[in-house]
Amino acid sequence: MIEVANLTKRYAGHTAVANISFTVERGEIVGLLGPNGAGKSTTMRILSCFMPATAGTVRVAGLDVFEHSQEVRRRIGYMPENNPLHLDMRVREYLRFRGRLKGLGRKRLRQRMDMVMEQCGLTEVGRRIIGQLSKGFRQRVGLADALIHEPELLILDEPTIGLDPNQIRSVRLLIKSLAETHTVLMSTHILPEAEMTCHRVVIMYEGKVLAADTPENLEQLLSSNSRVIAEIAAPANALETCWSQMAEIDHYEMVASDGEYFRCSLTPRNGMDLRPLVFALARDRGWPLRELTRSRHSLEDIYVQVTRPEGEEES
Amino acid sequence: MQAYLTLTRRELGSLFLSLTGYVILAGALFLIGFSFVVLMVNLQQETTPMPLTELFYMTQLFWLILLLATPVITMRLFALEKFTGTFETLMTSPVTDFQVVLAKFTAGLVFYMVMWLPLAGCLWVVQHYTNDPTGFDAGTLASTFLGVFLLGGFFVSAGCCASALTRSQGVALMISLVFGISMYLLAVLANAHPPATTWQTKALACFDFFGQMRDFSRGVVDSRPVVFFVTLSLFFLFLTLRIVESRRWK
Repeated sequence: MIEVANLTKRYAGHTAVANISFTVERGEIVGLLGPNGAGKSTTMRILSCFMPATAGTVRVAGLDVFEHSQEVRRRIGYMPENNPLHLDMRVREYLRFRGRLKGLGRKRLRQRMDMVMEQCGLTEVGRRIIGQLSKGFRQRVGLADALIHEPELLILDEPTIGLDPNQIRSVRLLIKSLAETHTVLMSTHILPEAEMTCHRVVIMYEGKVLAADTPENLEQLLSSNSRVIAEIAAPANALETCWSQMAEIDHYEMVASDGEYFRCSLTPRNGMDLRPLVFALARDRGWPLRELTRSRHSLEDIYVQVTRPEGEEES
Repeated sequence: MQAYLTLTRRELGSLFLSLTGYVILAGALFLIGFSFVVLMVNLQQETTPMPLTELFYMTQLFWLILLLATPVITMRLFALEKFTGTFETLMTSPVTDFQVVLAKFTAGLVFYMVMWLPLAGCLWVVQHYTNDPTGFDAGTLASTFLGVFLLGGFFVSAGCCASALTRSQGVALMISLVFGISMYLLAVLANAHPPATTWQTKALACFDFFGQMRDFSRGVVDSRPVVFFVTLSLFFLFLTLRIVESRRWK
């Protein structure tokens, strides 16, 4: 659906997007993830034909965004950052205006309006002025606008920014439900959001693509050497001998916890899960074991790892 | 075509729904009414063979309305959309830059013409109460409105251009106000210097808006100012279009 090849965008004096490439297949929800200023919005603006690229090609549904701009715009529903709306218009009036602008005929427009207002939960506020609506509703109006002409591709720039947790949930569910019929490219810097909604994540940093894969794969990539934390009550030297004799353990750290407990952090040698071994050991020796966890790398760790500025250490 | 009409309607709607719109309309109504009162007082003192429209134009309040109203009408056209960000949703819809510029210009010009309608009302009142058929002569009225329309087209297109340059309505207002006043001063200059043989004075004579507008208000339609104003309007529209397109060059 989207093919981005060697895309570069330079503004006077600095490069916002530097030679990035990625593709989005039909029916996918892809998240563009990155800190502020990573080039997410710039990429989206180029995709939505707002401005052209300095170099590289971008194709949407096989059409070049620069050469077939009008055709591409008809296929895209775009919601810019901060969701700008005409605050002086009523919801229905605004959707009618946008629908007409996007070339829908009267009859088709009426059908689509009823449909998207139902879909986005706007039926009850259809006659209200947009400026008087809550942020959550405005966000839905923005989504309804993006959907009104039945685009194949939805480009949503930070669709959940500034919403309260309940509103975020409902917008997220809405986006998920849209994925059945649309391809969605959304940007976010909220990690759980990408983890929950997206099939695939493209991590951007300083105008470059650092990683692009499914959230699960990205997790696996890092969890291969994930540590196991065990809190065991045992004599310190007995524990130390045990750990140093275990061939599967690469290295370990031990800190005295309260009472007789020791908090041990064990790093495996070849990416295996140490938990069964530790459990078996505690059972055989009769040592009380009160905690046994494997530190699971969430997308957040990956994100922090790949986007952390050089020289800054984890606190 | 559908996009153009939709956009024009939306722009007109936002002008008519905003407080600014009504402030302009009320201000223009007040000034037109005031110049009408001045005109009536003058008429009581002496009779004149001039048509009413010319008498109206001679009160000079015409220029005050033109110079003040057009910047206020046009300042919001692009600047407000850029400021609120709706410019981005607009320019990513399947519309061309040309349609957007033309629609905004049309809306500004239509609003401007609506603003002048009370003038026709005033003239009708005179004719109705004096039973003087020359008061409301269709020909002079039409040519007066043609002059108002042409000058308006010029100032509105220049205002569009100023609005497209910036994100701030205030800046747009100042630019078009300064432009309008410069044009007015140029007209004062042109009016003071009768056209001579050198090309400079000839060129300056083209900017004698006072003389041109006076002709229109008398019922004299000269093709030269018509072509002049249409060309200038087109030039500023072209400039606006290039400014709107310029986001692609950055």
